[in-house]
Amino acid sequence: MSQPTQEEVILAQQAQHETVPGTEPEFQGLSQGQIVRKRFFGHTGALVGLAAFALIFIVAFTSVGFAGIPGWWKYNHEQITPLVNDGVPSASLWPLAWGEHPFGQDRVGRDLFAMTMRGAQQSIIIMVIIGAIAGLIGAVVGGLAGYFRGWVEAILMRLTDVIIIIPVLLLAAVVAQMASRRDADGWFSAFAASNGVVVLGIFLGLVSWVGLARLVRGEFLTLREREFVDAARISGASNARIIFKHILPNAVGVLIVNVTLTMSAAILLETALSYLGVGVKSPDTSLGLLISQNQEAFSTRPWLFWFPGLFIVAICLSINFIGDGLRDAFDPRQKKFRAKKAQETTRHSSETAQ
Amino acid sequence: MLSYVVRRLATAALILLGASFLVYLLTASSGDPLEDLRASNAPNRQQLMDARSQLLDLDTPAPLRYFKWLGGAAQCLVPFAGTCDLGKSITGQPITEALGIALVQTLTLVTGATVLAILIGITLGVVTALRQYSALDYGVTFMAFLFFSLPIFWVAVLLKEFGAIGFNNFLRNPVIPLPVSLGTAAVLGIVVAVAAGGGIKRRLISGGAVFVAVTAVMIYFSATLWFKNPGLGPVVIGIAGVGMAFAVTTLVSGLKNRKALQSSLIVVGLGLIAYFAVQPLLDQATGLMIFLLAVATVLIGVGVGYLMGGYDRGQSMRAAGITAFLMGGLVALDRFMQAWPAYVSNSRVRGRPIATIGAGTPNLQGDYWILSIDTFTHLILPTIALILVSLASYTRFTRSSMLEIMNMDYIRTARAKGLSERSVVMGHAFRNALIPLATIVAFDIGALIGGAVITETVFSVRGMGFLFLDGITHVDPNPVMGVFLCVAVTAMVFNLIADLAYSALDPRVRIKA
Repeated sequence: MSQPTQEEVILAQQAQHETVPGTEPEFQGLSQGQIVRKRFFGHTGALVGLAAFALIFIVAFTSVGFAGIPGWWKYNHEQITPLVNDGVPSASLWPLAWGEHPFGQDRVGRDLFAMTMRGAQQSIIIMVIIGAIAGLIGAVVGGLAGYFRGWVEAILMRLTDVIIIIPVLLLAAVVAQMASRRDADGWFSAFAASNGVVVLGIFLGLVSWVGLARLVRGEFLTLREREFVDAARISGASNARIIFKHILPNAVGVLIVNVTLTMSAAILLETALSYLGVGVKSPDTSLGLLISQNQEAFSTRPWLFWFPGLFIVAICLSINFIGDGLRDAFDPRQKKFRAKKAQETTRHSSETAQ
Repeated sequence: MLSYVVRRLATAALILLGASFLVYLLTASSGDPLEDLRASNAPNRQQLMDARSQLLDLDTPAPLRYFKWLGGAAQCLVPFAGTCDLGKSITGQPITEALGIALVQTLTLVTGATVLAILIGITLGVVTALRQYSALDYGVTFMAFLFFSLPIFWVAVLLKEFGAIGFNNFLRNPVIPLPVSLGTAAVLGIVVAVAAGGGIKRRLISGGAVFVAVTAVMIYFSATLWFKNPGLGPVVIGIAGVGMAFAVTTLVSGLKNRKALQSSLIVVGLGLIAYFAVQPLLDQATGLMIFLLAVATVLIGVGVGYLMGGYDRGQSMRAAGITAFLMGGLVALDRFMQAWPAYVSNSRVRGRPIATIGAGTPNLQGDYWILSIDTFTHLILPTIALILVSLASYTRFTRSSMLEIMNMDYIRTARAKGLSERSVVMGHAFRNALIPLATIVAFDIGALIGGAVITETVFSVRGMGFLFLDGITHVDPNPVMGVFLCVAVTAMVFNLIADLAYSALDPRVRIKA
């Protein structure tokens, strides 16, 4: 065995570079945030997802108006207009046309485009509320349990265990009952009757944080044993400073990625509950409710079934892609392995070793 | 170890107590159980209301009622006493009885779907991990995300429309028009050409071969009205068997192990002989007999592998055993196909075999094969729907676990030793990649008992999910509590099993004793 050849040295250097994330030459001298941003915007799927979601968001909120502000679309989701061409959708790709009722009309003459947009709004609102509440509670509970350990952890984690086995469907049914109890004159039923979607979102958020709490706790458990936390503690930093300045910024990746994934699951949860009749209730509308109301009419008016379903899939898919992009950006571990390259490298080095 | 298990069980019992109290209160406070009676105009309205109040003990406040229920439920802990009392439902049916029926329905629905989803998901995950960043990987990843985003009720309605109604209409005159055959074959050919590895020439050849084969098969199906009288026959079974023998041997031991290949091929030959031998026996089949035959088939396969011997007897036995099992499956499939025309023309089925609702055709008369086909035709749509929505997570999880393993140093060592790629992947990487998957599978089995509420609703299967939803809509706590108890207990037990299995499989993980 002689001196290592120059090629082997280069290979070894490459291997070394590859094992330490964030030290690839293209990322040298950049802050953590800049690296994450660069990785995220280099992820095609995530960008397409982001663009699609932005488009749906803008169209859904501007077309039929939101919170009393009128939108640019001429109908709203409750308005009944005479049936045009028996309610068949007037939008077509070839020749490219939009028409009077692009997504068609239902049996009584309501415009499906307006209803779908309204439903998409509701789904997005619920999704954001669930994501925000679940993220906040999950971070606080998981962080406290992971940082302080001891009896704090024991109590919080047992609480998590209790909530994790209570069926979501049951809670949704209770909320639905409260919201639909119009006769009672409590402030809660009055609020719930006028803001059914918000209440549903809040309640679902109150039960969706458990998975997040466990993940955040795991992250805190490993981070609090690291040297930089010891260093901060020795130099006299308070618990709050250690948590917010030293641990949380390092755990934020896990949090963001999983909040995104919780949100995509939240869309499906809301639509499923509305479909079962315990979520958003008529006369308000939601994508799941639209499908549930129109599934019997599949053979006569299939478009009533297609468009709301496609919007659910589109919203959920774009959120999932954004989540995947975020995961790759925050956690680059999976990006390194290339089977072909690994094989070639091994073959190559075995050849040079002879 | 023992103290760990005992401690876990004690915590679980406490959690169960707290959660069940909450669930009871929530259900009881979610509405008015007498609502439908209050609105009715029946002359004996007051009587009915009194009767129901007495049945459900509505005069007692909910928290006290919970402890009464708990007293009855605690008797379930006494083994073999038969004193289990979970209360009665709003119709007066004992909950223990209702749970028994619902559990059977749910398990028949979800077991097959879960097993298939796990098998397909793991296969796809391993393949995509091995060919990371290939067209196949991107395709499967996209499909996984798509399936992950599908609302199951939407998929279910689509399946009913196209899978059941469409297919039944097609069966009336099962002639496939030539353009459809060519189109389907072209799509499949393109998919294979994109998915296949290697250079452009190899891709074109594999794509073209698939195109020709699929076109030929579809024209044959159409010309012979195959869907009316399906069947495989010994020739197809033989060819498929030889193909399976090669595939199984490649995966289990590699084709270089001649003894393993020979034992698999011998098993295929034996299977062909058995195909003729067991036909009269199969006519009087029962469930037990099929099970015994399956066990015997695997044992014969293992026996052949043992007798062939060679330097690695275990591999031959495994390869031959798996081949024998698959061969038996083919023979059974052929027998099912023989019974198909009789099933379709049955007076209860009336030529529309694929069902959209329920778990079986009522009052159907027939032998084992007819009744089994009836179960299959009712299960096929919900099973497909469940597989589609649960496939994605298994695929993604296996893929990432496999990628992490393939990056490990010991894989490089294994390659450096000069091991074949097959034994690196199957022997070193795959087994270890399955360890974290064991936990996921255990969790999922725990969750299975809860049933698929939405799937059961869409397909009108009266399983656990149906019982639960029915209890909620009628503000009837007892069925809700019954389902909750089953789900929570299985989930907790399987969580414990998952943790123990993990520490048993992975020696780096040690449980705190």
